[in-house]
Order: sequence, then C-alpha cells, then structure tokens
Amino acid sequence: MSAAGMNAGGSKAGSLIGKSMPRLEDKALLRGTARFIDDINLPGMLHVAFLRSGFAHARIERIDCAAARALPGVHAVLTLDDLKPLLTTPYLVVALPSPHFKLDLHRPALADGEVRHVGEPIAAVVADSRYIAEDALALIEVDYDPLPAVADCRAALQPGADLSHADQPHNLVAELRTEFGDIEQAFAKAAHISRADLWVHRGGGHSMECRGDVAIYDDVQDHLTLYSSTQAPHAAMQQLAKILGRPETGLRVITPDVGGGFGPKLIFYPEDVVVSCAALLLKRPVKWVEDRRENFIATTQERDQYWSMEIAVDDQARILGLRGEMLHDHGAYTARGLNVAYGSAHTVVMPYEVPAYDLNIKLAVTNKVPVTPVRGAGQPQGAFAMERLLDVVAQEMGLDRAEVRRRNLVRAEDMPRSKPIVTRGGIDVVLDSGDLPAAQADVLRAADWDGFKARQRAALAEGRYIGLGLANFVEATGRGPFEPATVRVDITGRISVMTGAAAMGQSTKSMLAQLVADQLGVSMQQIEAITGDTARIALGIGGFNSRQTVMAGSSAHLAAKAIREKMIKIVGHRFNAVEEELAVADGRVFVANDPERGMSFGEIAQAVAGLPGYVLPPGVSAGLEATEYFTQDAMAYTNGAAVAEVEVDVETGDVRVHRLILSHDCGQQINPMIVDGQLMGGIAHGLGNALFERMGFDDQAQPVTTNYGEYLLVGAGEMPEVSLLHRSSPTPLNPLGLKGVGEAGVIPTPAAIASAIEDALSPFGVRICQAPIAPQEILSLIEAARQNADANPAPLAAGMR
Amino acid sequence: MKQPYHLQVNGRDCAVEAEPRKILADVLREDCGLTGTHIGCEHGVCGACTILLDGKPVRSCLVFGIQAQGADIRTVEGLADGDELHPLQQAFMEHHALQCGFCTPGFLMLGAALWESGAKPTEAELQALLSSNLCRCTGYGNIQKAIASALDARDQAPKRSGEGAP
Repeated sequence: MSAAGMNAGGSKAGSLIGKSMPRLEDKALLRGTARFIDDINLPGMLHVAFLRSGFAHARIERIDCAAARALPGVHAVLTLDDLKPLLTTPYLVVALPSPHFKLDLHRPALADGEVRHVGEPIAAVVADSRYIAEDALALIEVDYDPLPAVADCRAALQPGADLSHADQPHNLVAELRTEFGDIEQAFAKAAHISRADLWVHRGGGHSMECRGDVAIYDDVQDHLTLYSSTQAPHAAMQQLAKILGRPETGLRVITPDVGGGFGPKLIFYPEDVVVSCAALLLKRPVKWVEDRRENFIATTQERDQYWSMEIAVDDQARILGLRGEMLHDHGAYTARGLNVAYGSAHTVVMPYEVPAYDLNIKLAVTNKVPVTPVRGAGQPQGAFAMERLLDVVAQEMGLDRAEVRRRNLVRAEDMPRSKPIVTRGGIDVVLDSGDLPAAQADVLRAADWDGFKARQRAALAEGRYIGLGLANFVEATGRGPFEPATVRVDITGRISVMTGAAAMGQSTKSMLAQLVADQLGVSMQQIEAITGDTARIALGIGGFNSRQTVMAGSSAHLAAKAIREKMIKIVGHRFNAVEEELAVADGRVFVANDPERGMSFGEIAQAVAGLPGYVLPPGVSAGLEATEYFTQDAMAYTNGAAVAEVEVDVETGDVRVHRLILSHDCGQQINPMIVDGQLMGGIAHGLGNALFERMGFDDQAQPVTTNYGEYLLVGAGEMPEVSLLHRSSPTPLNPLGLKGVGEAGVIPTPAAIASAIEDALSPFGVRICQAPIAPQEILSLIEAARQNADANPAPLAAGMR
Repeated sequence: MKQPYHLQVNGRDCAVEAEPRKILADVLREDCGLTGTHIGCEHGVCGACTILLDGKPVRSCLVFGIQAQGADIRTVEGLADGDELHPLQQAFMEHHALQCGFCTPGFLMLGAALWESGAKPTEAELQALLSSNLCRCTGYGNIQKAIASALDARDQAPKRSGEGAP
C-alpha cells in the first residue's frame, strides 16, 4: 500500500479486498444478452459437423465422401488429406515436456488411417446449417477394419496385451517414481502395516456449455480469428501458429463468455484446427459447437486410477512410510502430459508428515478418450488414497480416525514445511502456510465428532445406519510462472484491465476489477475487464490449476498500484504537493485538504499522452498504462478438512449425504461470496465423484453413458446441508497472500463420503475402496461381509477385498 | 423443405422460415435472434433450454418450433422490464446464484413459472422442483435461496404490472 493511500478523504487501498461485492458478469448473463460461443452468428457463416469413429480401435481402409459432397447445402467434406496442405504437421504436439515419456502419442487433426477411441474425428462436413451437415455425415462411407480394443488400463500392461496403437511397441506411455526417505527401514521398523487396494473411476468436466469454435478468415489482411470456448486462449493461439505455420501476428484467439470449464477446455483440440482450416479454405466464417454426445466421447476426461498401497506406522500410529503402485489410465493420446499423475502422487503426502515414500506410477494407453485434468486434476485420487489408508490404520489399531490424523498432520509451527519432492517443472515443493490441525479441529467441532458415537448407536437401535467420515487435503494452487495484466487509464478516464487469464464462469473479471478498483478508489463497475483475448496482451497461460486469482490477480494488483503511484507523482508535481498530502477518490487525485487542487484520471492520462513539441512531466514515462508479469514459481498451497455425515439404507444400498462440513484456508480472500461459490460447486462435483458420476465403457471400450440419463450429475435434490468454515493464512509468496480456491471442494469430498459410508456400515465391517460407489456395490459389499462373518465369526471381518 | 410460420415470443410476433424438424430452441436462437435460451444436452435432461410455453416451463429442445405456433412463448429476454431486472434476476445476483451463467436462463424460467403461478413451495418441494435442471457451478444452494427469496418478496410486495398471480 502506498503511503498516500492512507490519507483521510481518499480511498484507502486495501479497503475493497475481502468484501463480498456483486459480480460484473451477472447482468448480461441474467438478461440473456451474454455472448457464448454459440451466440456468435455472422453473415455467410457455415456450420461444421464431425464424423466420429464408432469403433474404439480400427484401421480405416477407405473414406468415400462423394455422396456427402453432393448433398445440396454442403460446401466441403474434409479429411486429413484435405487439411495437410495447410498444416506444418498433421499432429497436435501439445505434451508438457517430461523425460519420462516412453511413447509419443500425438493426436492427428483428423484420423490418420487408424482410430484409437470412439469419438475420434475422422471427417468434417461444412454446410449451410448444422442440420444439413449432420445429414451429410450419414452419407460418408468409411470402411473400418476393427482392431482389438484396450478397454482397461490394467489389461493394457499385461504381457501380450493388445496394442492401443497398432504402430507402437507397447501400451506403457510413461513410468514415474516418486521416492524419498529410507522406505525399507520404515517398513522394517514398523509397529503396524496397513494395506489398501483402491480405485477411483473416470468422469468428465461436464460444463453445461460444451466446447465450440468460430473461425473467421480475413483474406484482405491474411488474418485468422478463432473464437473458442477455451480456458487457454494464448496456448491455443501458439498451437495454431505452430500447426498452421502462421505468424502470431496473423492470428487472434478470443474467448467469448464461456459456460464453464472444469479442466477439459484447457486442452487444444483437433476440432480447433479443423474449424480454423475450414475457414481458411472456404474464406467464410465457420462455426462448430459440440453437442452433448460429442462431449461424452470426444472431450477429455479424468480420474481412472488403481492404487495398491501399504502404510507403515509406529506404535503410536505415526507414519513411518508409504509405498505402493499406481496405475493411471492415460487414454488414447497425450493431450496434455503426465501432470495428472504427478498431482496424485504429491497430494498423498502433502498434509501429513511422511518420512519415507516410494510410489511407482505406470501410465497405460487405452482406447478411451484422452485423460487430462478435470477439476481437482489428480488430487482427489491422491487424497482418496491417503485418507482411505489412514482409516484402515485407525480401524486396525483401534484408534479414532481423527486422532490418527491429528498425530500426523503437518503442524502450524513447522510452516513453511519443505517436502522432499519437486513439481513436474522441477520446483521444490514447500507447504507455504496454513494450520492443518486447526482446520481439522474446526470440522470436528462443527460435526460434533466426539458426540457422534452416541447418536450412531441410537440410530442403529432404530435400524438406521449413519456414519461420519473425515478427510484432510492440501490443494496445489497458483501454478506459475506468471499471468500478466495490463491496467490502462485512457484520456476519457476510463479504466481497463487486460490479462491473459481466461474467464470461464469463475468470476475472473469481477476479481480483476475488484483488485484494480481497490487501488484506484473507484467502483468495480467503472472498470472494464478484458480476459482471454490474445490481441490485447502478448502472453498468457490461462485458467486451470486454481491459478488465475493468484497469478493474474497479483499482476493486476501490482499494475494498478503502479498506476496509482504514477498518478500521484504527476499530480504532486502539478500542484507542488508531496505524496502524503494527496488522496485518490472518485476518479480524481487531489490534495486531501484542498480537493479543488487536483486532476481527474482523464486529465492525468492526457498529461502523459503526449502533445507534439511539449515535454512530459518530469520523471514520468509516457502513457498511463502499466503491465506486470508477477512471477511466482512455487505453488501456493491451500488446505482444509471435510466431514461428511451419511445415512445408508442397507436394504437398497442408497446413500444419503445429510451434511457436509468443509473448512478451508485460501489465505487472503478477495471476494468471500465468490470463494463460497467456488467451494460449493467443488463440493457438488465431489459428491458426484463419490456416488454418481460413472463414465461407463463396455469391454470393447465403447462408451455406454453418453447422455445425462445414463451419466448422473448431482442435482439439487442430492445436495446435503453444507457448512463452510474459513481460515486465513496468507501465503508469503505473493503481495496479497492469495491462494487458489477453485478445486478445494472437490478434493476431500469423495474421501470423506467413503469414510462416512464405511463408518455407517461398521456393524458389517465393510471397506469402501472405490469412488464412485453405487448402491448395488454397497449391497454386494454388505452381502460379502455377512458371508465372511458367517464363515469366520468374531472378530468382524476387516480384510480388504 | 423450409416452411413459413409465426411465433409469439415475449409478446412480439416472430416470422420464421424453417424446416419442420427444427427444434424450438434452435428457432428461438437462430430465427428469432434470442440467444438467451441455451442448449445444454438436447436430450431434455439438463433443462438449460427451459422456456415458458403458455405459462408452463418446457424444454425447448424437445419441441419443434412449428409445434409452438399459437402458443405464448416466454424466454429469459422477456423477464426484465427495460433496465429493471425482474425480482428473480435481482435475487440471483444478490445470492450469487450463477457463476458461468449458462444454465441460468433455464433456472430463471423455471422460477418464473413458479413466480407467475402464485405457488409457494416448501423448501423440500422447491428442492425437488429444481432437480429438473442441472448446474455444474453453484451446487444449487444459492439458486434455491434466490428463488425462495424472490417468491417471498412476491408475496410481500405489490404486483409488478402485467404479472398476475391468481
């Protein structure tokens, strides 16, 4: 905060931070005047539909497009051969670099002679309307030679397994090992060892708006504009520059209003290339909007992982070491990298003191939709693995589940706590801030953890099976290295903030406006926030990894601060006043005790806009604009804890989540209303992952859940009572102490619910080893436990499946 | 083969020339220029495309445009009175009942049907009713609070012109 900001009569910088303010985005969204990708309609616009593989794995012998091309209203039918003259390479080379790759699995822009998952695009029809384009799809003849499909990542790595890609030597795309400490010693001296085999299943991002592109080619300027429903416009522009061999100056990617991201929209997709090529070839605006079935079979998904873990503890249940194997379903192509698996591996050990760790991860190629981050990005699986293991320890040692965790959580007095691991980018992992034991204590108190046993016994006497479950978590947020922001005041006094950050519904524009308004002493409504437009700022990274408030927010804060300081300097010179005498308020900078002596923002901007032949005020540079690339390499770690209370109907297997309590700590909050909104959405997503969301495939990798009748999203009726508890441990890593919040809700929720179901079913001694868990699976577990108990009377069976 | 027909949308006539197979949601968006009605699943499950057809909430992806001739069609664009937001819209803003806003028009029209019916559902009834639409951002709690508070306001305040609760 500048000293001038403290003057009475002017706005104090910092006074807007931490206040729940109405959002800038809302009015247009509420009135139906927002502009989503499908709302962009241009004269002469053509519409694209994609022919997609119906086979999970097949060789394409022949594609005959003649009949489709002949259909009235069809302008083009494109296959990879038609695109090749426009492309520097037929492949989307997008993988984040890693020395651990064993296979290069780049997606072709359209099928390259072999299809490797159902939904892979083979051809594109461009027509006067989407209706006609879809008619034409039915007229394209494709001769497929079906190949064996790899439907299961476990089978993929068996000796003699069928190949997911006929031209690759095996299905192991990468192998990672995360290890530290003396693991052999840890297990040798253990007082107790617990084991668990766990499975977390695949789901999707399921933004309510599917993906989409509108490409416009201007042949006068030889310039291509792509409107795209993407979370990463600059990355998309850079990828287009590479694959089309065009200079960045001949490209612009703009994100219109985006109807939710949740991860999959951060990916650069074949469709983005094809739609761009169609506009270049036909010199007409071209639109493609994904339909929901396409979203199920062509948009990336996440979470299939199989864990086989052991934990060694001493006689006080203090963790000595963790070791095991994890198998990660990579899908059919590398559409992002190894990042999800990294996230899982790290999440396991973040909240707790773990002296030794040895996790080997194999990433298997399957004939399924590629796997890339979905809200949580590997972290829900890591939390699930650790929290399930700790429950096993507690049960086997006869200890309270919360007590086992309390003994092992990283203590507040040990912060910052260095972890002996590095991020996928090679940066040291340091838990920067937070009080994890206090966060756990918060949720235990709110849940009346200690009093629950009595309630549980009383319920059981009535034949009701209720349970409480607990999970701690740490979320890695604010992925670096930067996200720039430019703040500009023009000669009319209008203020704008421009950034590479992309808005997808998470209130990014409001966040930026609130931070800039805070420094400049104006209302948020006076600030225009421009996100996701590559023509407005040179570089950008985009929206994922709960990073934009941390990175773009810090940049916007610093840029606005620089503008504030520059304005004070200019006005101070003009009125011969020192900084401490000046105030900033109502769009003016003025002498606090003589407000007539001052200048409006527009006048100040004019003073540095330059007049031919006249000098600038001394000591200031031209223009009232500041760009900041705030750089933060290390991750800022948000933390928290969750308790779920459930009731299980042991006749039907139905689980009702009665209550969910989440304590979290994202450091300094900017807008608490928005923070709560993010947490609630994450919790709903986590509830879906715990109980409902199941992307089904048959044994030929054919998707069997391709609409919302078959794939269940959480609805209003499934939502429990939710209590949100807040702590604030600002990170030392950035000026405002910001940590991200976008994925916090989803990370601990499945683990807490699984723990609660297990607790509710403790009379049967069942173990919950998977997410999601369906009613029929719960019934099977109960039945198996009953049979086991019959075969082996007391003590109650507690073995893993 | 395209056919000419007329729709009544938000009290205005809209001349349409479209194939009979064109769904109402597409007709509203493309032929009437009202892009506030969003298409989320085209299966009638997500409810993003909910509009009012003769006062009742209907999924406009499950109706052909040509079937809506003669009906009183209301979309999200018809909710506000000029610059003045409808109390439901205002309540959505105050309760942070929207994030990306894509599903919002559907929830607003679901709420508008309730508003105009004069019904006052219990909390459980409202939760069950809102189960007809999907939202991925909010976790629903704030949507429910917003609609409940708008219905409270309706029952306490004088009626807005042109809206009659029975």
